[in-house]
Amino acid sequence: MKKMRKKVYMTAGFNTVALGSGRKEFNPKIPRPGLEHYIKEAGQGTLQQIGGAKNVDEGIIANFMAARFNNQGNLAGFLPYIDEGLKYKPATRVEGACGSGALSLTTGIKSILAETSDVVLAMGVEVQNTVKAIYCADILAGAGHYKDRKEGHAYYFPGKFSDRAGSYFEKWGRETARKAMAKWFINAIENARLCPTAQEYQNTSPNLEVLALTEPNGRSFVDNLNVFDCSKVSDGASAIAIMSEEGLQRCGISKKDAVEIAGFGQAEDDITKKPEEPTRLLTTEVAIKKALEMAGITKEQLGTVECHDCFSIAGIMATEAIGFAEFGKGPEFVLAGNTSRTGKVPFNTTGGLIGWGHPTGATGVHQAVTIWEQLTGKAEKNQIQIHADRPYGLSINMGGDDKTVVAVVYKKCE
Amino acid sequence: MDYSERLQNVSVLGAAGKMGSGILLLTALEMADISLKPENKGKLFTLNAIDVSQEALSGLLKYTKGQVLKAAEKKIVQLRKVYADRADLIENIDIINEYIMDVLKIIVPSTYIEASYKSTLIFEAIKEDPDLKVKIFKQINENNTFKPWFFTNTSSIPISKIDKTANLDGRILGVHFYNPPAVQKLVEVIKGESTQTELEIFAIQYAKSLRKVVVPSNDFAGFIGNGHFMRDAIYGIKESEKLSSEMPLYEAIYMLNKVTQDYLVRPMGIFQLIDYVGVEVCQYIMSVMNPYLTNEDLHSDLLDKMVNAKILGGQNHDGSQKDGFLKYEKGKPVAIYDINKNEYIAIEQFKAKCDEKMGALNPSVKPWKAVVGNADKNAILSKHFGELKTLNTTGAKLAVNYGVRSCEIGKKLVADHVAMSDNDVNTVMLTGFFHAYGPINNYFNN
Repeated sequence: MKKMRKKVYMTAGFNTVALGSGRKEFNPKIPRPGLEHYIKEAGQGTLQQIGGAKNVDEGIIANFMAARFNNQGNLAGFLPYIDEGLKYKPATRVEGACGSGALSLTTGIKSILAETSDVVLAMGVEVQNTVKAIYCADILAGAGHYKDRKEGHAYYFPGKFSDRAGSYFEKWGRETARKAMAKWFINAIENARLCPTAQEYQNTSPNLEVLALTEPNGRSFVDNLNVFDCSKVSDGASAIAIMSEEGLQRCGISKKDAVEIAGFGQAEDDITKKPEEPTRLLTTEVAIKKALEMAGITKEQLGTVECHDCFSIAGIMATEAIGFAEFGKGPEFVLAGNTSRTGKVPFNTTGGLIGWGHPTGATGVHQAVTIWEQLTGKAEKNQIQIHADRPYGLSINMGGDDKTVVAVVYKKCE
Repeated sequence: MDYSERLQNVSVLGAAGKMGSGILLLTALEMADISLKPENKGKLFTLNAIDVSQEALSGLLKYTKGQVLKAAEKKIVQLRKVYADRADLIENIDIINEYIMDVLKIIVPSTYIEASYKSTLIFEAIKEDPDLKVKIFKQINENNTFKPWFFTNTSSIPISKIDKTANLDGRILGVHFYNPPAVQKLVEVIKGESTQTELEIFAIQYAKSLRKVVVPSNDFAGFIGNGHFMRDAIYGIKESEKLSSEMPLYEAIYMLNKVTQDYLVRPMGIFQLIDYVGVEVCQYIMSVMNPYLTNEDLHSDLLDKMVNAKILGGQNHDGSQKDGFLKYEKGKPVAIYDINKNEYIAIEQFKAKCDEKMGALNPSVKPWKAVVGNADKNAILSKHFGELKTLNTTGAKLAVNYGVRSCEIGKKLVADHVAMSDNDVNTVMLTGFFHAYGPINNYFNN
């Protein structure tokens, strides 16, 4: 399918708080809300904006590892828990590691396109603070090939992206890249400080640059990243409604309160293989290309981007994967301020994975919610200016080490 | 016998006590790490955990397990390398659990002193009682054919005296950990007159391997840490007694405690510190030190009265503070003991009156917590103490005099050759007592 065969919209986004270290209410020693709390809060948050569960045809729930974090499988069964009105309606759980959230989006979009539904409740959830970070690393390592765990780092994914950063430094030079990674962190925190649901909303560190330039220590962590280069352990859920034109009418939603899905691209790479070119995100490049082609636009028409900055270096590589910067020039692009909230193409305007938080299974949906907010003027203090000649937004959600990738292009409704 | 051979059979005496359990933990970790080196595969490592209390020993392994877990989580990056050849250990949790077993299997709990007869190294952390220590050392020395080394954790008894009375031929060294040993960075190392040099070399390697800060101290009762603290405490007690001519003693204690904490920017006030260490422990350490001091009487009638009244301070098993000079609720002082009426008086009843009498603190003062890790602490403290000297209030005067006295105590330790340098005194107070600044400084000079 080269073009969308019918119009698909997203609306009524909702995010819970991204809970974890950094939030004042977070205390690892006292009990916290569980999986069902987040699912219900986010689900109800969206249902209330679309006239309730009676208007919903189908639900999709994304989650990565509840089976290990929460001893829970069969997550589709939580949709009727959100609201009795969802009882006996179809529900599906999707999983693609940290890229699960966007699989929820594409599954919903495809159902609208297939005309099996007119209104889909798409959501994602992850509750990870049930274990300490060191054991969380074991569980999240499931996003890689299990046979690679033994030789992997104690902090498995930071180890993977530390290796990528190391290759990047070697090929393109360390100094500018390191500074750009620091700048990435600063942008993330500054955006998060404007967003009440962000994990770093209450961050008051006086000198972010000093923190961000902390020299990595391979003895206690990884060789080429410090903790500020990494997204944190987060609990949270996000939800959004995906609709056809008929769905919008059924729910009484005006198009000005919705975004149109202009295109999407999905790409998968072999989980048993190491990256062919560690300085690039090859699968991400393919997914973005597919999405832009389907939307029939060029990168110059993008007004904002939500990229998968699980690590600062991944954010920088994303600027290159989209083509905003030549390979090796992403750091300069970021350092010039292009990705900051007042820059040419603001990235991750509510903080991204590093600033807003990374409840793994929910992240792809959170990205869609942020772009919906920006393109409909609902982003409150996070609102950036959307120029009339660049009415598109792009989200990139990645599962594993550039394995399961989904890019979605959104358009402001006229 | 090299470093790792010396550590193949070790005993800790008083292993279930507060200091002993910490020393046991650190030594068990060090021995396990050595046992896991490829060249040591197949060698037997034994750490005898000896204590008189069977009950305390049974709680010890549980405590140790919890602590080893924390240590393993911290060094997981290194542990993955240690177990790289174990195909069956894949996840962090597998490796951490294996490491815990590898540490615990070294520890052999016992209530019999005979368990130490095959050890080449003995750590002693029993009661601070010179006669008891000598008796036990003698017994082990006479029955152990390996000519073991004795590392005593005494904080106050001269090493040379133990050496001579127990006939140890210089095989004894003071290795003074601070409480709690697992956390506190400081280790004072004290050689007696005839202590063999090899012991000191080994102890320094051992302490460095545990990532401790080693400060050498001369063999003089109290060494550096207690040499400073006990005199500082006596000064605080005397000052409060002086003030008690014009107010009840408990009010004076409140004031001195506040001066030493808030005005002097210390982690806790002097009376809270006495409670933390234990009223009876302070009394006892002073009584051990006092006979060796000339022109000085390190003794307090007030401490005697407190001990007689069974108001002892110290800590509960869970680490919470017991009531002493101060009464604590959730770790915070809420009342002061009135020794005349044998009851606690709520601080709320006299706080406003005392605070007014002390006068307002300079507005730029910052709490210890905000200063201790601050890169600009020197500038902050210079400003604060500079302002304090210009204030003509009772509180400020008490504080400045206290700072001057604390400096004198520090300098005397150097003059008496207990400490080798001003810097060593300051290191002990900074690392062992968590002070934000060393007692030997220029903040209080005019």
